[in-house]
Amino acid sequence: MAKRLDIENLNLYYNKFHAVQDVTLQVHARSVTAFIGPSGCGKSTVLRSLNRMHEVVPGSRVEGKVLLDGENVYAPGVDPVQVRRTIGMVFQKANPFPTMSIKDNVVAGLKLAGEKDKKKLDEITERSLRGANLWEEVKDRLNKPGGGLSGGQQQRLCIARATAVQPDVLLMDEPCSALDPISTLAIEDLIAELKKDYTIVIVTHNMQQAARVSDQTAFFNLPAVGEPGQLVEIGETGKIFSNPSQKATEDYISGRFG
Amino acid sequence: MSESRNSERRPDPPGEVGDAPVNTTEAPVLEAPVTPPNTPTDKKVVRIGDRIFRSLATGSGVFVVTIIAAIGLFLLIRAIPALQANEANFLLSGKWETGDPDDLAFGIVDLAWITVASSIFALVLAMPVAGGIALFLTQYAPRVLARPFGYIVDLLAAVPSVIYGLWGALVLAPVIKPVAVWLNTNLGWIPVFGDGNVPADSGSNVFTAGIVLAVMILPIITGVAREVFARTPNAQIEGALALGATKWEVVRTTVWPFGRSGFVGGSMLGLGRALGETVALTVILSYTYEGPHYSIFDAGATFASRIALGSAEFNNNLTVGAYIAAGLVLFISTFAVNALARWIESSSGKGKE
Repeated sequence: MAKRLDIENLNLYYNKFHAVQDVTLQVHARSVTAFIGPSGCGKSTVLRSLNRMHEVVPGSRVEGKVLLDGENVYAPGVDPVQVRRTIGMVFQKANPFPTMSIKDNVVAGLKLAGEKDKKKLDEITERSLRGANLWEEVKDRLNKPGGGLSGGQQQRLCIARATAVQPDVLLMDEPCSALDPISTLAIEDLIAELKKDYTIVIVTHNMQQAARVSDQTAFFNLPAVGEPGQLVEIGETGKIFSNPSQKATEDYISGRFG
Repeated sequence: MSESRNSERRPDPPGEVGDAPVNTTEAPVLEAPVTPPNTPTDKKVVRIGDRIFRSLATGSGVFVVTIIAAIGLFLLIRAIPALQANEANFLLSGKWETGDPDDLAFGIVDLAWITVASSIFALVLAMPVAGGIALFLTQYAPRVLARPFGYIVDLLAAVPSVIYGLWGALVLAPVIKPVAVWLNTNLGWIPVFGDGNVPADSGSNVFTAGIVLAVMILPIITGVAREVFARTPNAQIEGALALGATKWEVVRTTVWPFGRSGFVGGSMLGLGRALGETVALTVILSYTYEGPHYSIFDAGATFASRIALGSAEFNNNLTVGAYIAAGLVLFISTFAVNALARWIESSSGKGKE
């Protein structure tokens, strides 16, 4: 559990469009790394390449390496399905399976992996929902559909679903952008707890959020329209927000953008 | 009222404002919505064009409903005298003696069996294949291939049914004869595969008819299923992928639960089509005076093919009434099946994203 990620010379393409150029960075185990930057700079694309979700889009292509504790997830012979089982993901919009009950949603990944022991599934359901701070709210209606929950609860259900399989890394793609401030706070508290056990990478548009939850921050930028997105700098969150080494970072953070 | 105002004002602006040509077109448009509060009456401003179009659209809608109701009424009115003169039980008899109007004896049991057996058999064959084609087209096929392949499936619906009939009777029946004989010999202990009222190797039976019907309803079911499967929210699919689902597991956990009821609805539409199919079955099924043995190797007539075959006897109102009574049963059952299909289809996706 909780492995480190080393991204080396990552280049990402959609057909002929070069989306992200030459990204090299390290994500430390048991810590939160935030990706910030303007829209279209490729931060979500980088995130999606870490668990090989980028290649789901037809015509997309990946060059470079993503090393999970030293093992390249893009090495020939590596099964993307296996990679996604060890690197979990939470999306911008909560997407519980609408026809499944809350419990079936939580254990969906385990069932896919072939776990059948009912007692174990029950245990993991409770543990994951407790871990996602959702247990008290839903324990009396585990067999009701997950679609009946509020937006914030649905997102925590998705986090429970992602953590139920005990992944090595948890990726979060703007997990709070569709939520109200109170639900956002609940998720942020949860992230702080989850980092004791998981390596977390979070993409966010909210710089205060990045400052609150992350240990290190990576700033991505688009040098010009039509050019590929680039990693401008990465560093300890406190340093990036108080004393960035690049002018572009400072401009973005202070709101003097462009 | 507003019409006359507009036509009066239209020439004004050039005189008042002078040069700007934009005003000539904009002025009336801008003024129209402003007018009502100024007028003392609460009259709504209704454009004549809107009024005409609304009456046309409403008229068309009413027209369709009227036609359907009129057909139903016609069938009912013409069937009643024959049903009153009927000496057999209409719902429980298998007889069809309608030649002599003074001695009518007819019932729908045999017709119902052949109709339902061939349609259900067709559905059993077509549903899995159509579901498979729809999943292939929406989930597996590369985009360049999905489009032309979809057109080819749709093209099946454009083949005239008499062609299907000829193909079924002349090409398919001889080819599948060994299968029919094998089923009859080895699985004959299951009632539906038992001996029919014609030999299993005759080819002109429900077995052949069902296979041909299956091909005919394939494009209907595939078309509906393809639509609903393609509407599966991408967020659901990605959610399953991110949990480490394989392609098949994605289909099982997201696409299928999402599209299932639409697929069933489409199948019901196909069933409605199969129940009413006439010409192909008239060509394929041989007529026999022996009643059915409730096997798929039975021959006989469906509601629709019975009526088509009987057109030569339509020489007096009571005989015609007997056929119309059979038609009424077909009308009601296809109506019910189609209504069920629409209901299932429209309730699909509700409560989901």
